[in-house]
Amino acid sequence: MAFVPGLGHLVLGRTTRGAHLLTVAWAGAGVLAWRSERVFAAFASRAIDEWIASLFLLGSLLFVVVYSRWDVGRLLTGGDEPSVVGKGPWQVASRRFRANTLAVASAYMIVILYVVAVLTPLLAPYDPAAIDNVLQTRYLAPSGAHLFGTDEFGRDLFTRALYGARVSLSIGLLAMLLSKSIGTTYGAVAAYFGGAVDAVLMRMVDVVIAFPTFYLMLMLVGVFEANIVLIVLILGLTSWPGTARYIRGEILSLKEQGFSEAARAIGLPPRLIIIRHLIPSALSPVLVSAALSVAGMIGAEAGLSFLGLGIRPPTPSWGNMVSAGQDAMLVAWWVAFFPGALLALTLVSFSLLADGIRDALDPKVLMRRFV
Amino acid sequence: MIRFALKRILFAIPLLFAIATATFFLMRLAPGDPLDMYLEPQRQQQVDVEVIELLRAKYGLDQPIHVQYVRWLGNVAQGDFGESFRHRRPVSDLIVEAVPYTLQLTVLAVIFDALIGISLGIISAVKQYSIWDKAVTLGSLVIYAIPGFWLALMLVLIFSVNLGWFPTSQTRSMDYEFLSLTAKIWDRLWHLALPVFVLGIASAAGTARYMRNKLLDVLSEDYVIAARARGHSEPFVIVKHALRNALIPIVTIYGMSLPFLLGGATIIETIFGWPGMGRLAVGGVSGRDYPLIMATTLIAAVLTVLGNLLADITYAWVDPRVSYDGQKRV
Amino acid sequence: MLIDVQNLRSHFFLDEGVLKAVDDVSFSIEEKETVALVGESGCGKTIVALSFLDLIPSPGRVVGGRILLEGEDLRAMSATQMRRVRGRQIGLIFQEPGAALNPVQTVGGQVADVLKLHRALTRHEARAEAVKLLGDVGIADPERWAGAYPFELSGGMQQRALIATAIAGRPKLLIADEPTTALDPTVQAEILDLLRHLQDEHDMALLLITHDIGVVAEMADRMMVMYTGKILETGDVRSLFKDARHPYTQGLLGSVPQLGAGRDDPLRGIPGAVPDFLELPRGCTFHPRCDLAEDVCLSSFPPIRGIAPNRSCACHMVA
Repeated sequence: MAFVPGLGHLVLGRTTRGAHLLTVAWAGAGVLAWRSERVFAAFASRAIDEWIASLFLLGSLLFVVVYSRWDVGRLLTGGDEPSVVGKGPWQVASRRFRANTLAVASAYMIVILYVVAVLTPLLAPYDPAAIDNVLQTRYLAPSGAHLFGTDEFGRDLFTRALYGARVSLSIGLLAMLLSKSIGTTYGAVAAYFGGAVDAVLMRMVDVVIAFPTFYLMLMLVGVFEANIVLIVLILGLTSWPGTARYIRGEILSLKEQGFSEAARAIGLPPRLIIIRHLIPSALSPVLVSAALSVAGMIGAEAGLSFLGLGIRPPTPSWGNMVSAGQDAMLVAWWVAFFPGALLALTLVSFSLLADGIRDALDPKVLMRRFV
Repeated sequence: MIRFALKRILFAIPLLFAIATATFFLMRLAPGDPLDMYLEPQRQQQVDVEVIELLRAKYGLDQPIHVQYVRWLGNVAQGDFGESFRHRRPVSDLIVEAVPYTLQLTVLAVIFDALIGISLGIISAVKQYSIWDKAVTLGSLVIYAIPGFWLALMLVLIFSVNLGWFPTSQTRSMDYEFLSLTAKIWDRLWHLALPVFVLGIASAAGTARYMRNKLLDVLSEDYVIAARARGHSEPFVIVKHALRNALIPIVTIYGMSLPFLLGGATIIETIFGWPGMGRLAVGGVSGRDYPLIMATTLIAAVLTVLGNLLADITYAWVDPRVSYDGQKRV
Repeated sequence: MLIDVQNLRSHFFLDEGVLKAVDDVSFSIEEKETVALVGESGCGKTIVALSFLDLIPSPGRVVGGRILLEGEDLRAMSATQMRRVRGRQIGLIFQEPGAALNPVQTVGGQVADVLKLHRALTRHEARAEAVKLLGDVGIADPERWAGAYPFELSGGMQQRALIATAIAGRPKLLIADEPTTALDPTVQAEILDLLRHLQDEHDMALLLITHDIGVVAEMADRMMVMYTGKILETGDVRSLFKDARHPYTQGLLGSVPQLGAGRDDPLRGIPGAVPDFLELPRGCTFHPRCDLAEDVCLSSFPPIRGIAPNRSCACHMVA
């Protein structure tokens, strides 16, 4: 029994954790069984994404099994959970988040989307680029063989949607990370040095902010030929000023609050204080903004690709798939519908997640002016 | 007040200057020769070298870059954005033609947004936790998150293709010329309905959420409780105390919607074949039409700066706490 | 009796549990009397005030008891009837006057609004009367300040203006929730004088909510000591100060620094801290901090009992 992840937890009464482990284990094992040839063939191929997919699958399964055994063992030998319900800010926040069904569902949805995106080379029923017998296979309605139907070239849309997911989701995540890192560093530097340095840096921010983001992206995309790396760069490099301004504001207000003096009085280097106090208080809006930012980036890439200026066919991106579907709307509504629906699903999930985080961490949600 | 406005305008000028410079040099970063795009239709190889040199001289592309820069700045200040590579017409003409079409869409969309968004936000906040509130909160989040182009296409699919209630594209019907005046107006409105709705509903969703949040914040303030404690009726408290405070940030946001008025409809215009600024800009980008791209980007940026300016001035005008140097006094 | 509060209960229904901010509180207020409700921050005093006017923000509400105003139960009133009580029979002022005034409306305008509402004055009459009222509460040059916005006024002036809005309807009872806590000491004295003066002028009763013993000593005829939502001791101020019976009251009174005390006389506080409302100690909620605690104190909360004429106390250890 110990080898079946999750079962142990269920028996011990830790239902949520048990259920999670069980589901992951069975899903993973299922994929492994169903696609065993592909999983092992991946190691012989040169395509790095196939390697990543297989390694991720096998690694997760291994992790789940090992962790499950270790955790059960730990619980059996006296456990750790104190009977006192955690009252620290993180525990309160996480409990509130978990009580928010929509937010939790969105979080699961996002995880599922990203995991599926990583595992796509193993899961995809067809080759996304395969074209044969176009006359017979073009514009087939959704069916058992083709879950999302086929496009004008007879390519399976479900597969293309999966590969499109990889493009869109990874661009969104990477662009967000790029934008947040640049923004945070820039803002922190400006606030830390203050004075002339701050003034100059902020003027530059003003100039970048003055350009409406979408137009700026449009212009840059027009100037440079678009590929995935470039799109990530463009998206990231046009959005950092907002974060920069916010971080700068937070650090400046901390400076004003005399944290440095207080820290020096106690003998702590101000850097430590900033890290230990800035992070918890500023973290909430940054997390929320990060989630919204990923959504924004995915949306921006989709918009650009839709206009024909982002990722160009034949590389599938949800945006350019919808665009291709626009021409065929009268005969084949599914070509435009499914990629767009997935896009909408992703964006709505991120928004709900962001809202959930914001509500969970927001001190104002608690009673103000209490007694 | 005037002093405040003048000060802000003064600060805006170097910013505009910097924007123009940035636009110019960003375009010059482009790989490849600008002339290539111009000659695309004729297939470069077949054009004589002399002609190429002539063209280069005509567009001043043979000058050192700083000279080009200064000339361009000078022209722009006079409203001359050069000639579009693709359309072979002065860019300013193209823009002037396109602007009214865009304004039709965006102005109506902003009105729609304000009416629907603000009212829904208010109702949602006042009746917090009710079914109405939950519906508006969730609905606005979903509508706001859904990509606009997909929403537009789905609405077109349902209402135009399947139900035939609205036209799928264009600004007017084919037989427009032959219609009576009233029929012409109706025809225009009929064609405007779907694009304005899509444009408006997305921003209305955002406005509703924002209005709701701001109003909820205000409703939990002490002075609202104090006003109730004095015996004022709920409608009075909401209108005279809560709304008067909550609407302040909303109003200033509308000041900032200036750039939206000209550029926000880009995708919608493309879908509906609407001959506005957005479609012009997109066409410029995909056609590597540098003068056009530069012009539209510059205009968009200038409008953003002006919009911020307008928002700041409106804010100072509406909120008595904001003093003349823009600082907020508590 | 002007006010008779009987077994008032006001709870907050939170995700984490039910917070009993006011738990079976009873007291009375006579006409023109000044009664003080005393307790440390966070003991429920403000919620008592809000309970009177049904203004407790959700997720809280009054759940039990009666509040009788000249014999009529406020809790049984309809919303319209309650609105007529607010401002006209009972007025309320707050701790932070700046936050209790509408920031985007002139001070005079806010006073005038109340006058139009409760005294049915026309716009012009109300404006003139507002100026007069602002003068009555001690604002110099009221004509000029009536057109000012709250942020332009000092803390003391804001509180005066707030008081003006609260008494414009000529209420019989004024509830003052920590009216001087946020003000400078000199201004505090002025505001207290003003309140006393207004009481005399308008035959008003005053329910003074505070944690400042000094204010109680100066202003109040009777006082009630509150702790974790319950009343622990009541009595007239003089006799309570001389001879407090409840250990908590003794602790409170004993912790006030005395002028003239030697530098080496230690400041006495009450050991321990005010417990979290969601995790109140069983039995008498004060017992963890009490020297006199016995077994009975852990099992039940002591009922409040009269121990002398006009004195009552809720303690197992007090006869």
